[in-house]
Amino acid sequence: MDLAWMAWTKPTAIFFITIFCLLAVMIIWERISPGGAPRVGILRFETTRGDRLFITLLGSAYLNLLMLAFVGPNLWLGLGLCCVFALAVFTLV
Amino acid sequence: MERQVNQKGWLMVLPAILVVALNAVIPLMTVVNYSVQDSFGNNQFFWAGMSWFVELLHSERFHAALGRQFIFSAIILLIEIPLGIIIALAMPRKGWGVPVCLVLMALPLLIPWNVVGTIWQIFGRMDIGLLGHTLASLGINYNYTQEPIAAWLTVIIMDVWHWTSLVVLLCYAGLSSIPDVYYQAARIDGASRWAIFRYIQLPKLKRVLLIAVLLRFMDSFMIYTEPFVVTGGGPGNSTTFLSIDLVKMAIGQFDLGPAAAMSLIYFLIILLLCWIFYTVMSLEDDEPQGGVL
Repeated sequence: MDLAWMAWTKPTAIFFITIFCLLAVMIIWERISPGGAPRVGILRFETTRGDRLFITLLGSAYLNLLMLAFVGPNLWLGLGLCCVFALAVFTLV
Repeated sequence: MERQVNQKGWLMVLPAILVVALNAVIPLMTVVNYSVQDSFGNNQFFWAGMSWFVELLHSERFHAALGRQFIFSAIILLIEIPLGIIIALAMPRKGWGVPVCLVLMALPLLIPWNVVGTIWQIFGRMDIGLLGHTLASLGINYNYTQEPIAAWLTVIIMDVWHWTSLVVLLCYAGLSSIPDVYYQAARIDGASRWAIFRYIQLPKLKRVLLIAVLLRFMDSFMIYTEPFVVTGGGPGNSTTFLSIDLVKMAIGQFDLGPAAAMSLIYFLIILLLCWIFYTVMSLEDDEPQGGVL
């Protein structure tokens, strides 16, 4: 199957593979510990671990946009911030 | 007794997953791929990194289109939601008037977007349009092809005409579901018309109003066809909303890279707003539904 029209590049392929791996990890996590581990965190409403992943991914996208707008096109610092943000979301939210 | 989980259910959702994958995930992946490259046609792409995003985030044209989009959505909500409630409250609850009003209310919703645009484009014209010609006869300079304020008024009135009915029908459904005992209790207490609205009808309408706000915000934020048919984004760029600007960039200029980057930022804004609305609605659903009387 010719996928040339999709214009794949190595960085974007790595990006999507990471997203799919995260989803796979979430499925395995759910199989090991069913129920989604709902809890009320600092946002004062109940979130499951799926919600926390969504908040992490959406927040990471905005963090990177902010980095692009105010710092520049190099996103390694943004990636580091996203990891810290993910840790914060999964422990505090 | 432990609840049994039937994994065969996944087979049932498999067709839906495949459809979503084909019409949403694969195009989204393609847009992400385009957003980091430049193309001059003939399926040839050149790596551009994050430059389109940086360019877009510093672009005055993008900021202006985004600002216009937010202002338009805010105006639409500020007009359509109160107007929808007022009309729903004024509609009859029983008798022959109910089906007549419901059909009349549903009519604008049945008209396709491009037809609505064409209707208002002709209606507002100063030479042959009823509205434009009447206003011109009264000495009012209403030329939506040259005056930005007239163009904005036309687009807003057109959207209000097209979509207030949706808010009305949702509110009417919400009002019809309020049990009569609430009104009987209010009558016994001697409650005024305003008190009935404030303490009975409005709290009971909260959920449908949230749905109405969500639907109207999303729709108005993604509006394209109607303003494109009426004004084409003009005069100047005064009614160039985000979607119109995006199409101009992608199809008009064939700048696929910047257009893809713009699409992704547009998508992220809508995703964030959807999540906020969804979360607020879920919180409303979780609240205990106590009586108000």
